[in-house]
Amino acid sequence: MITLTVNGQKHKVDADPNMPLLWAIRDIIGLTGTKYGCGAAQCGACTVHLNGESVRSCVTKLSRAAGQQVVTIEGLSANNNHPLQQAWNELNVPQCGYCQSGQLMSAAVLLRENPQPTDQDIDDAMSGNICRCGTYQRIRSAIHLAAELQRKAMASK
Amino acid sequence: MEANAISRRNFLKISGLAGSALCLGTYFVAEAKNENLITAANAEKAGIEMNAWIHIDTNGKVTIVDHRAEMGQGSYQSVPQIVAEELEVDLKDIDVIFGEGNQEKFGNQITGGSSTIRGSYKNLLKLGATSRVLLVTAAANKWGVPLIDCYAKSGHVFHRPTGKKFHYGELVEVASKLTPPQDIPLKTRAEYKLIGKPLNRRDSPAKTNGEAIFGLDKKLPGMLYAAVERNPRMRGKVKSFDATEALKVPGVKKVFKVKMGVFTIYREGVAVVATSTWAALQGKKALKVTWDDTGFEHINTADIYKIQHEKLKTDEGLLLQKVGNPDAAISKAAKVIDVVYQTPYQSHSAMEPVNCVAWYRPEKLEIWGPIQAPEWVQDFVSKQMKMPKKNVIVNMTFLGGGFGRKAFMDYPHEAAVISKEAGAPVQVIWKREDDLTQGPYRPGITYRCQGVIDNGEMSVAKFRMAGQNIDHWSNGKSSGKANDSTSEGFLKPYFDSIKNVSFAEVVFEAPIPAMWWRSVYASTNGFAYESFLNEMAHEANKDQLDFRRAYLKDERCQQLIDKLEKVSGWKSRDKKSGYGVAITECFNTTVGQVVKVSRQQNGKIKIDKVWAVMDCGWYVNPDIIAAQVEGSVLMGLGAATTHEITFKDGLVQQNNFYDYPMPRIADMPPVEVHIMENTADAGGVGEPGLPPFAPALTDAIFDLTGKRIRKLPFDMQTV
Ligand code: FES
Ligand code: FES
Repeated sequence: MITLTVNGQKHKVDADPNMPLLWAIRDIIGLTGTKYGCGAAQCGACTVHLNGESVRSCVTKLSRAAGQQVVTIEGLSANNNHPLQQAWNELNVPQCGYCQSGQLMSAAVLLRENPQPTDQDIDDAMSGNICRCGTYQRIRSAIHLAAELQRKAMASK
Repeated sequence: MEANAISRRNFLKISGLAGSALCLGTYFVAEAKNENLITAANAEKAGIEMNAWIHIDTNGKVTIVDHRAEMGQGSYQSVPQIVAEELEVDLKDIDVIFGEGNQEKFGNQITGGSSTIRGSYKNLLKLGATSRVLLVTAAANKWGVPLIDCYAKSGHVFHRPTGKKFHYGELVEVASKLTPPQDIPLKTRAEYKLIGKPLNRRDSPAKTNGEAIFGLDKKLPGMLYAAVERNPRMRGKVKSFDATEALKVPGVKKVFKVKMGVFTIYREGVAVVATSTWAALQGKKALKVTWDDTGFEHINTADIYKIQHEKLKTDEGLLLQKVGNPDAAISKAAKVIDVVYQTPYQSHSAMEPVNCVAWYRPEKLEIWGPIQAPEWVQDFVSKQMKMPKKNVIVNMTFLGGGFGRKAFMDYPHEAAVISKEAGAPVQVIWKREDDLTQGPYRPGITYRCQGVIDNGEMSVAKFRMAGQNIDHWSNGKSSGKANDSTSEGFLKPYFDSIKNVSFAEVVFEAPIPAMWWRSVYASTNGFAYESFLNEMAHEANKDQLDFRRAYLKDERCQQLIDKLEKVSGWKSRDKKSGYGVAITECFNTTVGQVVKVSRQQNGKIKIDKVWAVMDCGWYVNPDIIAAQVEGSVLMGLGAATTHEITFKDGLVQQNNFYDYPMPRIADMPPVEVHIMENTADAGGVGEPGLPPFAPALTDAIFDLTGKRIRKLPFDMQTV
């Protein structure tokens, strides 16, 4: 039995400790926003936050998350209102949408660490996330927009 | 009268929505072009159940059915955007649901050929308008006022003189008993409030918080998970297997042989059914299978191209189209440009690997999945499973990309077979490796292009193509007629202006599963034919755009060229950079692109900018169109510079994104999209942006380096 916290909620998971966190989150905990794309740390579709850092859940063993804090796309914000989510919706970033959970989770770490990223910063931070539909141009613009929204929100506080 | 009185009752349908509802649909005779609006009389006569595209319940809730797949191309937004325009409802107030596979109800549903809008918009407009008129008439009748004094807006009917109003829900009972009028005038483009506007996509929110349900996200109570070890050579069989180790994996319940139909043949494998995805994948890994690979050819990539190149030397092929006499003109010419272009096999590699959920019970088979052609799946699977069609329900989820792969019927059939054998609902997952190594693929094609420049004029253009015919695969045999897609991508006005022009297919067959891949033949034809035109322009010592202008006399083409020239600053292009151009036609849409490249300090070539001008006639949502072109450029970039599926001894040599690497964010060039405004019929949107990219890019590289690239993929790092 492995205990972990996902999106602030404690879960006891009875599964093979070698099971990738991805399948535990999807099949057992039942949160399907985190996606399977390659199973080989190549595409970033499965990106979640483990204690605040981006990890590829397809190659992260469930045992590694024991006693840790996991955040998935479902926990990125309460009402789909993280500045990145707002920007993504404003600029119609998603096409098929399958990669976007991972894109957003990677971008969230970038924006937290670097509130005013340049194009180069964005390209570097997002290089692990594939989008087969080719939404990259909009992802770049949306991260800039989210940075602006975040700054505005801070300023008004 | 009597017949009508009975028929009219068909409009009043008690649906599960909220009591009685107005339901309007269409009645498809067979082909999309024969679509008719359902009236009480013809619905009755055809003996079909009154179907519903638009539901309005008594509370006024409007539900619109998206009968096409949503695989990123935007049907979930565009279909309701069209219907709501004429129905006069606000998009924020309506629900959208996916239609299940049903040819009689929805006509063609296959989301391919960029047909979502162009195949149904006229009908959708008519449906919206008819419903609106019925509702307004119902209000006028209820109030006892002249129809002319009533109008519809935002889901209500208003009485102009008094300002009183009904919401649609209060009118559906009365409206549903009226006979739908014919020939309702539709709005002009200038009157549109929704169509033509860059409205936000309604599927975006669910795609940013994890709520959107893709195929792999569909779960059912008691559902099991399956992974299948399939013969990596599609036509091979299972000789024997040893499940001992697989069955030891905790969670693995059952291991058995499966056969799934792929058009006319069967693919074989061994299925591992388990209680979780992980257990199924572990079980699959532990399987030991021996294959029987006798009785068919094990092909190598090198041989494919060798045969194609050899054939093109002497084989005239099957003629598709001819104007004048290219051969005679060539034999008399002082100089003939004679070049060969080669394009690679491609994997669709949608971000969501192939998968499917099936739940078989003897009286009912239900399927959920990322499915591009639900009505084909219904037809195919019901035949394979020997079940009446009506007992097979095919539901579409959101698709994590499709690009043609998910119009194949193999994986839903396989899921059905596994569910039947497992005696439970089952989700079958294809690993990325399965998705990449098992195809089907865009066929690799070689082209020979011959041409003559006579006094600066292109007097001959002779094209031959050698590559697999996708239809031969699906029909299982060659028809002996030329592939009618041989000239796809080539603009039709050229046939009126080039004196001698011909297209022929040099037959090449291979045991490789070939399937449509975004923009289909235009994606490879476009590279060959447009590259060739650029070479001819160079030979004629003409500017590439001026050269095309001289042959594309059609007014829309002329306007597109003017626009492309203007937005790209073509006339004032700087001499330090390389500029290239191409214009192709695909699914009734013409797209021209200009690509700008430059040499960076590290010596490598960088794409600085792509300008795209699309003429798709009547259109719905310009922002979705721009996104489709941006995406097409990126997919075209991968196909031109990185991607090639290769075969060795009949086995695919690529496995996952580490050896079939996808372009990353840093590879994305800035793309600027312009849409032509005109009143022509709608053309496709999801695919036509792809074909011109590769030839425009290689033309730009020629401009910069003087090097002609005639074989794809080529390495951007080393040119
Ligand atoms: S699924 Fe984890 S990186 Fe691709
Ligand atoms: S939106 Fe489809 S893969 Fe990114």
